[in-house]
Amino acid sequence: MSQIQRKAVALVSGGLDSMLAVRVIQEQGIHVEGINFYTGFCVEGHTHAIRKKDQGKDKRNNALWVAEQLGIKLHIIDIVEEYKDVLLNPRHGYGANMNPCLDCKIFMVHKALEWADKNGFDFIITGEVVGQRPMSQRKDTMPVVARESGAMDRLLRPLCAKNLPATLPEREGWVDREKLHDFSGRSRKPQMALAAQFGFSDYATPAGGCCFLTDEAYSRKLVDLWQARGKREYEMDDIMLLKVGRHIRPAPHYKLIVGREEGENNFLEGYRKIYIHLRPISHTGPLVLLDGEASEEDIVLAARITARYSKGHTAEQVTVQVTGLDGVSRELVVAPLSPDELKPEWHL
Amino acid sequence: MAHYQLDARRLLCPMPVIRAQNRVAELLPGDVLEVTCTDPGALNDIPAWCRINGHTVLATRRDGNEVIIDIEVGDGT
Repeated sequence: MSQIQRKAVALVSGGLDSMLAVRVIQEQGIHVEGINFYTGFCVEGHTHAIRKKDQGKDKRNNALWVAEQLGIKLHIIDIVEEYKDVLLNPRHGYGANMNPCLDCKIFMVHKALEWADKNGFDFIITGEVVGQRPMSQRKDTMPVVARESGAMDRLLRPLCAKNLPATLPEREGWVDREKLHDFSGRSRKPQMALAAQFGFSDYATPAGGCCFLTDEAYSRKLVDLWQARGKREYEMDDIMLLKVGRHIRPAPHYKLIVGREEGENNFLEGYRKIYIHLRPISHTGPLVLLDGEASEEDIVLAARITARYSKGHTAEQVTVQVTGLDGVSRELVVAPLSPDELKPEWHL
Repeated sequence: MAHYQLDARRLLCPMPVIRAQNRVAELLPGDVLEVTCTDPGALNDIPAWCRINGHTVLATRRDGNEVIIDIEVGDGT
């Protein structure tokens, strides 16, 4: 009688740990496919795609690259809408910034479980290591992920399994527990050694730094957005615009998004029709979006700030074109704001 | 075999890949999906996704700021 081919779905981030976890399980004859979730806050790709100076850089998607190295299929799932509730209402709170890491991991494992059940997969694997991350990868929180995701003992962490109770695949003999690992803590040396053993010489910078929500400056801009709107909600365009340009808030009721270079200006062009926007026409300069409601006095100040970031910043006067939401443009001749007038606290 | 088109312009990666993946899932082996993107990263990502998921990139070309990728749907193996 032939044995049943057991199947595992792996959370693949594109980092080294999930890459190793997959290979460890593949070596035991398990069929593995990868799943990668797109929250909208993923650092990967976006900033490189937007900024002109980065456009010569390698823009490979690390999750796809890892899947190709491992010879597995990868399914990329758009969870932007569902993720809003994770970010806005995390049961376990936030980390150092606006990162709801524990709720995020619970949610992703839960989604992987749904996928596994729908597609006939037996268990889920992740590259988690006990003690590696301060919030979601601790000895006391890893069982919380298993329990609250609903995965229970169908969640196997091959890199640290020996530090945890045996899971279903181990108890059933689908995988040999003795061939799993007992990594713990923040040291990367065991992972590096295992990577060398598998012949992996090229891999993305080890885990972390892949989510904008762990970034202090990004989190500050997100909180500012919520405060200014008086409600904690966001759309995909908001997420994207927080990644681009200088954000300057001269008053609580409006802010400016100032393109920093050609690539960002081109990206902001796509939002011209839904924001009041400004651009210098007597001198080269940035495209500036105005987010909020602005009086005539505010628009003059916005024009002076626009001039400040133009090539005419030392000129006596700069002509700035202002286009309203009705598409009608007019010209303002203004004195560029001096460095002293541009208050540091306006910068988000 | 049928020919389909997908507009993935103004989307940043990985969204063009996700849109292509979801559309391909609705098509039959041998069908061709022509994907138009503006993020040049799609030139790396969509072919990589095709290679690992058993589909074939028939052609890629640029038209101004747009990148066009023709995918022949595989049989899922």
